[in-house]
Amino acid sequence: MADLSVNMAGIESPNPFWLASGPPSNSGEQVMRAFDAGWGGAVWKTLGEPIVNVSSRLGAIDYGGVAMAGLNNIELITDRPLEVNLKEIYEVKKKYPGHAVIASLMVETKEDWRDIIKRCEDSGADGLELNFGCPHGMCERGMGSAVGQEPKVLTEITSWAKEFATIPVLIKLTPNVGDILDPGLAAVAGGADGLALINTIKSIIGVNLDDLTLRPTVGAESTNGGYCGPAVKPIALHMVGALARDERVNIPISGIGGISDWRDAAEFIALGSTTVQVCTAVMHYGFRVVEDMLDGLSNYLDEQGMPSVNDLIGKAVPGFKEWGELDLNYNVVAKINADTCIGCQLCYVACLDGAHQCIHTHQGPCVAFHGESDHGMNPRIEVLAPVNHDPNGNALFVPSVDEVECIGCNLCALVCPVPGCVTMVPVDNGKGRESWNDRMAKGEA
Amino acid sequence: MTAGSRPPASLPADRLEQQFVDAKPALTDSEALIEANRCLFCHDAPCITACPTGIDIPAFIKKIATGNIRGSAKTIFSVNMTGATTARVCPVEELCVGACVYIHLNAKPIQIGKLQRYATSKALEREARGGPPLFTPLPDTGKKVALIGAGPASLACAAHLALAGVTPVIYEKSEHPGGLNTTGIAPYKLKAEDSLREVEWILSHGVTLKTGVELGRDIEFAQLLDECDALFLGLGLGGDTRLDIPGSDGPGVWGATELIRAIKNSGGFTIPDDVSSALVVGAGNTAIDIARELAMLGLPDVDLVYRRTEEEMSGYAHELEGARSYGVRLIEQVQPLEVIRNGDRVEALKVLDLINNEEVELPCDWVVEAIGQRKFSFSLPDGVNRDDKGRIEVDEATRRTGHPDVYAGGDCINGGKEVVHAAADGREAAFAMLRGWDLPRGNS
Repeated sequence: MADLSVNMAGIESPNPFWLASGPPSNSGEQVMRAFDAGWGGAVWKTLGEPIVNVSSRLGAIDYGGVAMAGLNNIELITDRPLEVNLKEIYEVKKKYPGHAVIASLMVETKEDWRDIIKRCEDSGADGLELNFGCPHGMCERGMGSAVGQEPKVLTEITSWAKEFATIPVLIKLTPNVGDILDPGLAAVAGGADGLALINTIKSIIGVNLDDLTLRPTVGAESTNGGYCGPAVKPIALHMVGALARDERVNIPISGIGGISDWRDAAEFIALGSTTVQVCTAVMHYGFRVVEDMLDGLSNYLDEQGMPSVNDLIGKAVPGFKEWGELDLNYNVVAKINADTCIGCQLCYVACLDGAHQCIHTHQGPCVAFHGESDHGMNPRIEVLAPVNHDPNGNALFVPSVDEVECIGCNLCALVCPVPGCVTMVPVDNGKGRESWNDRMAKGEA
Repeated sequence: MTAGSRPPASLPADRLEQQFVDAKPALTDSEALIEANRCLFCHDAPCITACPTGIDIPAFIKKIATGNIRGSAKTIFSVNMTGATTARVCPVEELCVGACVYIHLNAKPIQIGKLQRYATSKALEREARGGPPLFTPLPDTGKKVALIGAGPASLACAAHLALAGVTPVIYEKSEHPGGLNTTGIAPYKLKAEDSLREVEWILSHGVTLKTGVELGRDIEFAQLLDECDALFLGLGLGGDTRLDIPGSDGPGVWGATELIRAIKNSGGFTIPDDVSSALVVGAGNTAIDIARELAMLGLPDVDLVYRRTEEEMSGYAHELEGARSYGVRLIEQVQPLEVIRNGDRVEALKVLDLINNEEVELPCDWVVEAIGQRKFSFSLPDGVNRDDKGRIEVDEATRRTGHPDVYAGGDCINGGKEVVHAAADGREAAFAMLRGWDLPRGNS
């Protein structure tokens, strides 16, 4: 069993799984139940001046019959009194001294920051997370993403916090920027101890086609919200990776964005996260999802021969390159396993209409024209697929790949519904490694 | 009004078929959405190839998944105007569902019939409630077609003609339209009222129906050919073929379609209390249907008797499996010899055990003969020929007979196949007529 304990910028945690700041970490009672379920830490629902929320706060997109592939909210920071939250933080830390409790904060003036940081430290919080990410509501008042989008302001407030705090200060970044390095480096310049990202993406989740109101509908109106959930994971992964591979960013990262299971978590950790934060998956299924996260990550580390989760941190970062550094001579082609093919021909139509017209069926020449060659119109006889048969003798239309023409885009393998049926196989073309940058350097580009 | 014609009768309220529940229940909204989203949306999908009417099945399923129910129903009806009933009566296990690629993944195939029922019944309900119609017929072309018989073949033909602005008039000798959909489909698949609902929708596009009209008595081919631009024969088949063995002519011995019709359409028809066992002679799908119906109605003892073996039967394996789940047994390799009776009461069916070559008496209260249907008896117009099995000969592509203005489809050309084959025949005949007149199809 691998050691899952981590130290995130000085904050000790029994495992890398933290509740992200949000509805699941709204109260001490919830956080204690989460810790009982296995969560290693919790970033408290953001504290600040008391606010009022609207009713009707969440909207979601379903995909292919699966609920909540993406979630959007227009909820603001905590609407509970500060003293109540601080008292509960104290009680949680007293009962769970080994777990990480981080206070998420969002206030306006320097005096406000000084006051709230002092009170949080008095309550026993292990760290602070400055919420410079929220893209709805609070940003209209000059807070949240309004700070995260202004590197100078971000640096200044970070330095205030560092001036007042004795416990580690994490900066939570908004993805609603042109280049994530700008706020990331601004946080580093302000002396931040760690980064947390991504916060939610500014979004409109949808329009009700019955009455043409926006969702989530407040009366007959709505506003832009913050988008999260499984759909945002690739965006978050890129931003985490972009910071992790920049040598100027020499502070740990807490990865956030659509993490739903141990696989997602392992990917974030491999791309440079020390801890991961989860909200939507808990809102969807409850605190219990952490059980498989812990179990699955531990088993994965065991199978990888990694005694500690720390061994995984950043392991995938060296592979994250600029396009110009990629090997132009690397070549893969698609192989279709006729034994497992079910004859749906999704690869055929995807290649024909959506790619490079290199997959053919037994049913005769495909209709597409392919550049200067006429292989699309009249594929060579040898690439026409034979008619295969299933065990009952029914004809199965197994397509075949023209490997000479296949450019290795992967689309066929992606659309295939049968795991492992279409594989992309590297081909040795006898050419050595050469990138675009290499060609530029040689003056060949 | 044509001589003899009467308006269609309404169905009696107290029909025995109303005791049946659907063997394949309708999908709920959420079930339909989940199932529709399972569809892989195959290219050149094998389910389409397996459908005699070639419905673009992945397309209509995708439309269910996007909530485009009206579009989904139009995709179905535009090639199969009896799509609401074929959704329920088709042997999908042998056709579209049996071709689903999920089977090669050892996964459950898509429930295409149920999804088709979902889309078509929802769309027809919406239209009946005043929603925009699925189809608007093209303006009147002045062409007129007479159709004999109001079964699925004629209804499909008439519907496609009406959409194209041709005036179809259907002549039906019985009091209910719909053919076997109304009189003969097992009520755990489709009830007569559901058949009539689809007929009413088809008629609403400008199809005239005259019931109670008998060929030879009220109308003549010559007169129809004179008055109309074309004639479509959807004659179906005749009555049940009878065993004609000693004792078979009398109470307690039924023809299968006669008994099914009584269960489905007759008011007040019940099975007498002193009838507790029945032997069904035959092992085709009609035999299996009536056996299962009687078992479902509570007869404790219902068996099929068949002169050959299970492997040789013409009934579908999945149908026999369904009947067996209600306790029906298949007695193989016995030849009926005599109905033993005591006056009006049947006491047993004497059979020859073909394996041991000995006579055996199988006690029973009823005997149901399900060994096929006779061919219709009346004479046909000049040029319309029959093959040696009594089937009307037609051109495969156009369903045109030897007479240039006479087309035919359904059981009268194929000897008794599925409703969906009749629907395909009717459509192809209609399209062939339209091509001949250089008229466009009207599917929008």
